[in-house]
Amino acid sequence: MRIRLLLFAHYRDLAGAGEIDLELPPGATAGDVVRVLRSSGGGYARLPAEPVVAVNQEYAPLDTTIRDGDEVALLPPVAGG
Amino acid sequence: MRARITEAPIDGAAVLADVGSPDDGAVVLFLGTVRRTNDGRTVTGMRYDAYRNMAQKVLAGIAGEAAVRAGSDRVAVVHRIGELAVGDVSVAIAVSTPHRADAFDAARYVIDEIKRRLPVWKQEYDLEGDARWLDGSVPPVMEASRE
Repeated sequence: MRIRLLLFAHYRDLAGAGEIDLELPPGATAGDVVRVLRSSGGGYARLPAEPVVAVNQEYAPLDTTIRDGDEVALLPPVAGG
Repeated sequence: MRARITEAPIDGAAVLADVGSPDDGAVVLFLGTVRRTNDGRTVTGMRYDAYRNMAQKVLAGIAGEAAVRAGSDRVAVVHRIGELAVGDVSVAIAVSTPHRADAFDAARYVIDEIKRRLPVWKQEYDLEGDARWLDGSVPPVMEASRE
């Protein structure tokens, strides 16, 4: 299955990209998305192992099962206001 | 109730005009502005990045919770993103309620929740033009509701 992965702020700088299309095995979780990404090396390897994740624009735990076409985002600690 | 993420400059008076009612005896307006110093460093400007679609939803959720808390639907909040200069308004919150305690409480709730969970990040520029992402807070993650 294919998902759209979004990276923001500091994480986007580390990865050198803000938006990535990612191929995943069926049944993959949000945590698997992070593992796949980190194992692709380069700046991705410097992303944290357990970042805050949003699935389809809602905060979600790392054991959330991902579905084809989902929008998954890795979010650094937030600093609005 | 209104909640909005915008790239345009914020007019506090316009946000204030979104609230108020003949039933209300208290109106609170909070403005967050860009400071010229942070952690002892001189700041020349700030850039706000956002997960825009999610931020819009989270902000609307926060405004809704504040309205329930205050027992008033007169809650308005606008958060600016993009490039801001020192003194610019980054966030405006207006609440009106029959009595003052609820208005102060709800306005405080909105800014505290923004800091806690709005997916927005800020990068400050220093005198040398170097940019630096500011430390933030780790938002609370609810248990998954999906099957």
